[in-house]
Amino acid sequence: MNGMIWIIIFGAAATYLTRIGGHLVLSRFDHVHPRVQAGLNAVPAAVLTTLVAPALIDAGPAEWSAIIFAAFVGLRAKLTGMFFASAVLLIVLRQIGFN
Amino acid sequence: MAEISLPAKPPGFLAGIVRALPVCAAVAPFGLLYGALAVDNGLSIFEATFMSAAIFGGASQMVGLQLFNGQVPGWLIVLSIFAVNFRHILYSAAIGPKLMHWPVWQRLAAWFLLTDPQFAESAKMAEQRPVPFTWYLGFGLALYLLWILESYLGARFGALIDDPEALGLDFMLPLYFFAMLYDFRARHPFFPIVIASAIGSIVAKLVVGSPWHVSIGALCGIAVAVIIGAPSEPPKPKERTT
Repeated sequence: MNGMIWIIIFGAAATYLTRIGGHLVLSRFDHVHPRVQAGLNAVPAAVLTTLVAPALIDAGPAEWSAIIFAAFVGLRAKLTGMFFASAVLLIVLRQIGFN
Repeated sequence: MAEISLPAKPPGFLAGIVRALPVCAAVAPFGLLYGALAVDNGLSIFEATFMSAAIFGGASQMVGLQLFNGQVPGWLIVLSIFAVNFRHILYSAAIGPKLMHWPVWQRLAAWFLLTDPQFAESAKMAEQRPVPFTWYLGFGLALYLLWILESYLGARFGALIDDPEALGLDFMLPLYFFAMLYDFRARHPFFPIVIASAIGSIVAKLVVGSPWHVSIGALCGIAVAVIIGAPSEPPKPKERTT
């Protein structure tokens, strides 16, 4: 078995741990400190930002246009509409050589 | 002999599958996209499909792909998958007490299927009636098996794309993460977290280098959230009667 398979297996174990862990651990406390709660709530936004921000720095006008367009679409549409609308714009811009 | 359908009859396996259909339709394009991106990021068709079967968490699988480039140590990829899936801890804490009428083996199986839509639908049902295991299983298995199938198909056909750049595949993940991130914007304090994580990750990428910018940037955002603290709640009345 190669390294990637092991990463997937450990990733799966870590995921199962998050799905069973809340019940096993958090349910034992009847009170979670509000600052801990605030930190936990911040995890998804914080992690996602680190995956987007540096990629934007390295990107060009086509990618920036797609992101700005996505933000506008997102005011009305949900994730699926937002993603596919901006993905289509990116593909069109790449095809016409705008980058 | 027509069977009399009682309104109080608990929903079963089939009702679970039916309830999952709209979610399946919404998730399908992402399953295909995941498969195509997985192959584009160097996974084999088997590895791409296996990852979906083992993890069953779209966002975390996408994050994993982003980091599968041979430079990022494996434990950091596992940690990133863990971080993205961390929200499930809150789901499992919330839904756990509602499933205590099931035998242990059923609960152990149920945790594996606890995705975002599974939590949302089960929590909704738990407000009305006890959640039947067969309904939960029907809903979860429909999503699970389709997710595996879509990943396989995406990987299979993604391997046929010979110019991924022209289709923008290299920027699909940041775009997808941006859309996900955007969904959190109503959650206070969104902008301080994003600004701190953005600055932290950009500076860390220049100074320390990839892949550390992910952990360092995320810690900056989390630290800001901890400093700001939770939105002020009305103080709870003391209920100690003993």
